[in-house]
Amino acid sequence: MAEPMRIRATMAGDVADVKVLMNHPMETGTRKDAKTGQLVPAHFIQEVTATINGKAVLNAEIGPAVSKNPYLGFKVKGAKAGDKVVVSWMDNQGEKNSAEATIG
Amino acid sequence: MKQKIIMKLLTGMAGLGIALGAVSAHASPESDRQEMIKYYTSKYPNVKIEDYVFGALAFDADSKSQYDAIMEFPPFDSQVEAGRKMWETPFKNGKTYASCLPSGGKMIAGNYPMFDEVKGKVVTLHDVINDCRVANGEEAYKHTDAKTMGQLTAYMRSLSDGMLMNIKVEGPKATAAYEEGKKLFFTRKGQLNFACSTCHVQNAGTRLRSELISPAVGHAGHWPVFRGGDNLVMLQQRYEGCFKSVRAVPAPAGSATMNNLEYFHSALSNGMPMKANVFRK
Amino acid sequence: MNALRRNVLKSAAGASAVAVAVAAGLLKPTQAMAAWNKSAFEAKNVGDALKGIGVTSPADSKDITIKAPDIAENGAVVPVEVATSIAGTTSIAILAEKNASPLVGTFGLTGGTEAFISTRIKMGQTSLIRAVVNAGGKTYTSAKEVKVTIGGCGG
Repeated sequence: MAEPMRIRATMAGDVADVKVLMNHPMETGTRKDAKTGQLVPAHFIQEVTATINGKAVLNAEIGPAVSKNPYLGFKVKGAKAGDKVVVSWMDNQGEKNSAEATIG
Repeated sequence: MKQKIIMKLLTGMAGLGIALGAVSAHASPESDRQEMIKYYTSKYPNVKIEDYVFGALAFDADSKSQYDAIMEFPPFDSQVEAGRKMWETPFKNGKTYASCLPSGGKMIAGNYPMFDEVKGKVVTLHDVINDCRVANGEEAYKHTDAKTMGQLTAYMRSLSDGMLMNIKVEGPKATAAYEEGKKLFFTRKGQLNFACSTCHVQNAGTRLRSELISPAVGHAGHWPVFRGGDNLVMLQQRYEGCFKSVRAVPAPAGSATMNNLEYFHSALSNGMPMKANVFRK
Repeated sequence: MNALRRNVLKSAAGASAVAVAVAAGLLKPTQAMAAWNKSAFEAKNVGDALKGIGVTSPADSKDITIKAPDIAENGAVVPVEVATSIAGTTSIAILAEKNASPLVGTFGLTGGTEAFISTRIKMGQTSLIRAVVNAGGKTYTSAKEVKVTIGGCGG
């Protein structure tokens, strides 16, 4: 996917509140294209991982039941403002994407 | 002739329980708006008029909280971003949209539709954008195309976020266009024989086919919407949808009929803050 | 990039570190230790989906909160939040019981991440949304019904 994902990371007390909006069609493979009548092939993110300052904080496996343009929110205790969040994903067709943000 | 129509309208509005007191043959758009607000707020004293910008959501907390959750980080951001690129890309001749529009296009959406005295008709934001395109050697966009007019205006309208709706109806020609729009709003149409007012005035806040109906005040300022968070719909496309829902043949988006309707309809939301790009079910 | 590489080489080859390395392009997908749990995600009923993620008889728990609407505005994008106060939570799984394939996702939480996950899911019909929490080697579960209707007037 060409469109970059967006990450918002802010501190709430001593907890980093991280929100991620990924760009992906999340096709289940069971939908028919309205124009051609053909099944649109399955195309969905399978793995999402996140690290803070290189340390793993989230390791998710997801399927096509996650909505189009997947949204994920999670919270990390002990992170600090200035720490670097990196979120990466890989989909069922081998496509990958990664983005980073600094905790504000 | 005009008197007859207005008397019919007044009877129609009286039939809706709207007091005739302030509504006369020389009623102003402002008094129409006030009458409508009085009607809604006396029917639903517990719903704040400021919340009417959220439409049906003002009447249902469960729906509103889903809207809030999704609006926190909207899934349609990339479409608005595509609109930004369109907005900022110069035409082949080097000029930009900002050069055509008052204030470079910022904080102006609430002034539209407006009555163009020179052209002698109501013009919408889409018309102004297309005039800009054509004047600069580009083709006009189709009024209902999501990828062009949709995404461009999704971004462009966001430059007016927070602006209070500010529709002006001044002079006899503008007033006539406003009254045309008002007439259409209150006229029964289609196989189902409903007027816009049947649902959005008489039945606002109640359910029709499991859907909660939104009031007409507050309607016109939160557009375009993204159905399901993804499917961009512009206001006149929604009008077309409503016409089809009552099994009437809609006038095409961008026609004088639809523009006059939008003129009247938007004036009902005067004074209310606008917001482009919202989630809708 | 360098810091990440150093981290991968230094740390124990935990599945999460490897997954990060894969995503960062340092390892080819075929070399990854953690492969997507196809059998669990393609399971057609809740029982098989739970078996696929190694869960049998999770205990009902009142310490799991599922924030989800009573009636979904649009079944394609239903906001769901799962939080739990159960100590030592290492993962949360979300299932939509009546979906053709009930397993929506499994979320492994490490390194100080709170037992909380927020996402948006697709629901095919009215169904229980089930959360399964893995903590201290035991599993716990709770569910909330979300109604999905087909609306009438969307133009």
